[in-house]
Amino acid sequence: MSVNYGSKRTVVGAGYGFRDWLVQRITAGLMALFTVVLLLQVIFTAGPIGYEQWAGIFAAQWMKFLTFGVILALLWHVWVGVRDIWMDYVKPVGVRLVLHVFTIVWLAGCAGWAIQVLWRL
Amino acid sequence: MTELAKKRPEFRNINALSDLPTYRLPAAGWVSIMHRISGLLMFLLMPLIIWMFDTSISSEISFARFSAAFNAGLGFVPGWFMKLVALALIWAYLHHFIAGVRHLYMDVQHAVSKEFGKSSAMVTLVLSLGLTAVLGAKLFGLY
Repeated sequence: MSVNYGSKRTVVGAGYGFRDWLVQRITAGLMALFTVVLLLQVIFTAGPIGYEQWAGIFAAQWMKFLTFGVILALLWHVWVGVRDIWMDYVKPVGVRLVLHVFTIVWLAGCAGWAIQVLWRL
Repeated sequence: MTELAKKRPEFRNINALSDLPTYRLPAAGWVSIMHRISGLLMFLLMPLIIWMFDTSISSEISFARFSAAFNAGLGFVPGWFMKLVALALIWAYLHHFIAGVRHLYMDVQHAVSKEFGKSSAMVTLVLSLGLTAVLGAKLFGLY
């Protein structure tokens, strides 16, 4: 096994390929599960879906619990995915730094908003 | 030493506008690049997605505002355009979801044959575009 610590430590790219690969799949699985759970509730709601029925789905505590987890999974998943895009196509370090910062700010803002909407329901 | 120091040739004559459109991608290639495009699209439209989550769920009044956005429009944006954006998001979600499940299935099954790559890519494209057409027709009130 090649040495990857001390002066030999890999300091380029994401640097943690396996972890990101696994994170991408686990978070994807959680979001897919959430999609199915939400879809089943929509399908098995009797009658037309208005505000009461729609908000009622998210009002259940277990659904808030799950949705909160999914928001965090989404945040992480998007960070790994979008950063991959920047790393593939954007080579100048300065531009890449700006895009990374933009991505983090964008995601943090979105996550805060989504969580606020969820927990005040 | 001289071997290592010798500069390796680099080919950077690929023009995005004149060369890339002439490349003929296999089905799996289309699934792959569209996975990226759909992901980036949903990332950029994330505030709109959360706005829809917010207005549709917060109160009866905001729910009415949510519905009106797709009929009367939102600000200076007409309703039909909002529906078009929603349709793009529906496609992006479906494609990203189905292509993602394909990824997971390949990881679990070690299904990495050339044939499976091609056939599963075709299934992904047909399913995502087909479902988008069905849901789009519903969205625009064709049935």
